[in-house]
Amino acid sequence: MLNNLKILWHQGKQFIPDVTTAKVPGIFRGRPVITDAKVDESLLLDLCPTKAISTSPVSIDLGKCTFCGECAIQFPDKISFTKDYKLSTNDRERLIIKEGDDQAIELNSDLIRSEIHRLFGRSLKLRQVSAGGDNSCEWELNSSNNVQFDMSRFGIDFVASPRHADGIVITGPITANMAESVERCYNAVPSPKIIILAGTDAISGGIFADSPAINREFLSTHHIDLYVPGNPIHPLTFINGVLSLLKKKS
Amino acid sequence: MTTTKYINISNNQAIASTDIPEHNYDLFASGNLELMSGNPARHCVNYFGYRVADKIKLICCIADDDLHQILVSSSLVDSSMELASFTAQNHNFEKFEREIHENFGIGYIDHPWLKPLRYACNRTDKDQRIENYPFYEVDSEELHEVGVGPIHAGIIEPGHFRFICNGEQIMHLEIQLGYQHRGVEQLFLQKEKLLERTTLAENIVGDTVVGHTTAFVNLWESLCGYTPDYSLHYARTLALELERLANHTGDLSGVCADIAYQLGNSVYGRLRTPIVNFFQEWGGNRLAKGLIRAGKINFPFTNEHAKRLVEVFEAYEPDFNEITRKLFNLPSALSRMEKTGVVSYEEVLEIGTVGMAARMSGLNRDIRSSHPNNLYGNIDHKPIIKHHGDVYSRVQIRKTEIKQSIGYIKGLLQEVPEFKKPEDFVLTPQKEKFAISLVEGWRGEICHCAITDEAGNLKIYKIKDPSFHNWMALSQSVRNNDISDFPICNKSFSLSYCGHDL
Repeated sequence: MLNNLKILWHQGKQFIPDVTTAKVPGIFRGRPVITDAKVDESLLLDLCPTKAISTSPVSIDLGKCTFCGECAIQFPDKISFTKDYKLSTNDRERLIIKEGDDQAIELNSDLIRSEIHRLFGRSLKLRQVSAGGDNSCEWELNSSNNVQFDMSRFGIDFVASPRHADGIVITGPITANMAESVERCYNAVPSPKIIILAGTDAISGGIFADSPAINREFLSTHHIDLYVPGNPIHPLTFINGVLSLLKKKS
Repeated sequence: MTTTKYINISNNQAIASTDIPEHNYDLFASGNLELMSGNPARHCVNYFGYRVADKIKLICCIADDDLHQILVSSSLVDSSMELASFTAQNHNFEKFEREIHENFGIGYIDHPWLKPLRYACNRTDKDQRIENYPFYEVDSEELHEVGVGPIHAGIIEPGHFRFICNGEQIMHLEIQLGYQHRGVEQLFLQKEKLLERTTLAENIVGDTVVGHTTAFVNLWESLCGYTPDYSLHYARTLALELERLANHTGDLSGVCADIAYQLGNSVYGRLRTPIVNFFQEWGGNRLAKGLIRAGKINFPFTNEHAKRLVEVFEAYEPDFNEITRKLFNLPSALSRMEKTGVVSYEEVLEIGTVGMAARMSGLNRDIRSSHPNNLYGNIDHKPIIKHHGDVYSRVQIRKTEIKQSIGYIKGLLQEVPEFKKPEDFVLTPQKEKFAISLVEGWRGEICHCAITDEAGNLKIYKIKDPSFHNWMALSQSVRNNDISDFPICNKSFSLSYCGHDL
């Protein structure tokens, strides 16, 4: 007993007091900023492994970006990644960062269904479905509820059955072999329900986008409530995204 | 037919693909089986096929841990042929031959378990569907079946587990995988740029980013005839040990969760954070994506990093030691781990397990000492071997390897090499080469093989994750255990689904 208390004492306070303002350590690659510096755009276009970069004007699609950072290394005057981890949005277009953009990525409140805050604002139970996820986003979703990020303090939890859930969180590019299971899991969640896509693979297919082994039909027939970019997602990106989705519409 | 039966190569050595001896199938089979017979220091690190015109070329790579060499041989067969299987004589080949059967339609007259492996998108028989997997069944009034998955209760990858139970007791477990198949090996050929392939390597298994990417870049550099300098070897070795440390710590947390030991779950769980956060401080990503690159490193390791890492360990070690002392002296925890999920030496040898799933039962399989890559040759690594093959052995290995990894890292930190400024140059693979790359990831041996054609393009890219063989050890471990012990058995192996399904 005393030993246990000693161990507890030695942990100190691990939780992040305010997950909306916390600073991440080191050189996190978050929201990119693109300057109007002139570069050879064809080289830039050719460099990106997932075709996330478009030209005239130069833009990066965070739904496709794997955050490898190679473009910022090779074109440091043109592209830099800030430590802003608030990347989640419900508007697919908002994930495209254009030349000169330097404002926070936010949710489009017009697209949030009115019942979301009323029903889930104080309690949201989620079912996670990995459909070709490489276990990196899965690790970070698990971390979202460790003693540091402690997401359940906001009433947001992962549950073991779709029957207990208010929505699903999909990771991975959705393999053909998982396509039916994803659909069945979603159908087993009682309405109203939400869909969150966590990670680049889920949002666009990522590096697997043109693989014959994936089947993304599910996404074309359902409304997506939240896109959480990252490869893998950072727990703070996920938590802040979900909190923004749940908050009362102003 | 050539006179030499095999060509001996070292880890990360590229040879002319035409130098691989080709035999008729009978000689190929008997030769490779003979190599493995009664010699636990030899095991098959890869056995695969690829199309050559209308025939199938089979390539078999047997690692000899005593000689520190890999013995490679090949055979050219017709896909319409019915062959005598290797598996009938040695179960190491069971999964390899199922893959060859699935992808090329080669029949085996005496394979004991010729079922679909992963329902790959390039399988020959598209009528085989994942929802119709032929599970082993028992017709009995007394026994019942329990099906779990593909979607599991936690935040974890998909796979289907089918138990046959007698009351609470598990008689048999069959694990059906393939749900995670993303066509990785095909994409390696389809993608032509190095950065695309490197990104692909980083996404093979997201908890083993350093392991798989190191295997890829080591292989790529050897195919291109490029010799990396000391600083690149240094960064890769350091990152491999950090990845081991992070995952072992996370697994200890998971094991505690599965025995309902909340304190251990929380403490180990939070101890993983400073390690993955250090990856972010070094390379901008908590799971080290973006860190390992062929021919360069975008994020040189500096003396400041070394200082920070020492601080991380200063904070990590006392808390790790304290909770570990507690866990390993807690009767209620020990009683859940000891003699639970036992796999014997004979069984792991027969299955051909690698990494922790071999070392838990007295089988010495550790690439760091047997086929050292990067700086492991200088480290004089002593593999941690346990003998009981139970959950406790697997947990003990993690505990000891964490300490060992910290020791190795501290050793490396003594002298941080000068890193060159990353520069971009074109690495071009040589023509008609075969290369093999082995890396001891945190789970165990990772094997990547590649062959280039007469224009220097990739002709075949083959990956073997440690989980490929180790899943069978999990199936064996739960026999005669209570079904309630399945989660802890599963967590103590902590295997990869996507690494198997590719």
